[in-house]
Amino acid sequence: MNHAAALIAVMAVCTVLLRALPFLLMPDSRETPEFILFLGSYLPPAMIAMLVVYCLKDMDFSAAGHGVPEFLSVISVMILQKWKHNSLVSIGGGTILYMILIRILL
Amino acid sequence: MQYKSRPEQIRKAFITSVPVMAGYVILGIGFGILLAEKGYGLPWAFAMSVFIYAGSLQYAGVSMIDGGVSLITAALTSLMINARHLFYSISMIDKYKGSGRYKPYLIFALTDETYSLLSDGSVPEGCEPAFYRFMVSLFNHCWWISGSVLGSLMSSSLPFSTKGIEFSMTALFVSAFAEQWYTSKEHTAALCGLVCSVISLLVFGPADFLIPSMAAIMVCLIILRRRRI
Repeated sequence: MNHAAALIAVMAVCTVLLRALPFLLMPDSRETPEFILFLGSYLPPAMIAMLVVYCLKDMDFSAAGHGVPEFLSVISVMILQKWKHNSLVSIGGGTILYMILIRILL
Repeated sequence: MQYKSRPEQIRKAFITSVPVMAGYVILGIGFGILLAEKGYGLPWAFAMSVFIYAGSLQYAGVSMIDGGVSLITAALTSLMINARHLFYSISMIDKYKGSGRYKPYLIFALTDETYSLLSDGSVPEGCEPAFYRFMVSLFNHCWWISGSVLGSLMSSSLPFSTKGIEFSMTALFVSAFAEQWYTSKEHTAALCGLVCSVISLLVFGPADFLIPSMAAIMVCLIILRRRRI
């Protein structure tokens, strides 16, 4: 039990270190360098694209469904977002469609 | 500028965090159940979700705790799995400037999902940026903790089938991606992220592709910037 607690502490400290390090190097008192401003506007779209790929990384085209539920649901989220610009609508719609599709197709 | 009342700002933050709720509660439940099955009940699930607050690491943590790995292994695994958080923080340095007493918590609570909600830097009209972001982060943290606690109180899975609800996390990132795509004329960064990640996934496989794709994204962005100057 003590070891488990120590493991949790290590995981917590490592995670918060990663999250805090850039802020510690660039405190409020320092003027933000131009390169960091550049990253501030260019990194988010790239990281979010990476997260989308991360979520779909285990898709197996040879398994039942062949990735069709994922493909159709992702497309529906994009269309709903274009139409309503409301993430609640697109996330809700896409998730419900996915839950239906995997029950029909798999 | 006149800000809206605090309750009104909290309401806005709540609405912003709702898309994360379903995914966090369900994934939290899954985590709580898994941890309880290994003999670590409610206080453990609660402590992990309060203090670590990183979904994929907590799932990996269940097997690390169960297997009793060394502290060094746990540290290296944590750094590998969560390396992407460095990049999230880098891109929030300027946006979180001047957040005062809210800043330490904003930094601590910068998960994938919170990042996807706040990374575009916009804040609803009439909201104090630091307070609004603090409330969004706090609501998300609460969803995650509630899920974990619920999971560890359940002996088995939910009485109804929630299979597929985890897609709401994918949908969250897709909607954030789509929204920024539709509202921006500049698609280079988004395309760079997409192409680098897909190529890394094909080359390195699903278990190890995050760090190579982050490196590739950074290299591409640096080249892109050189070209612009």
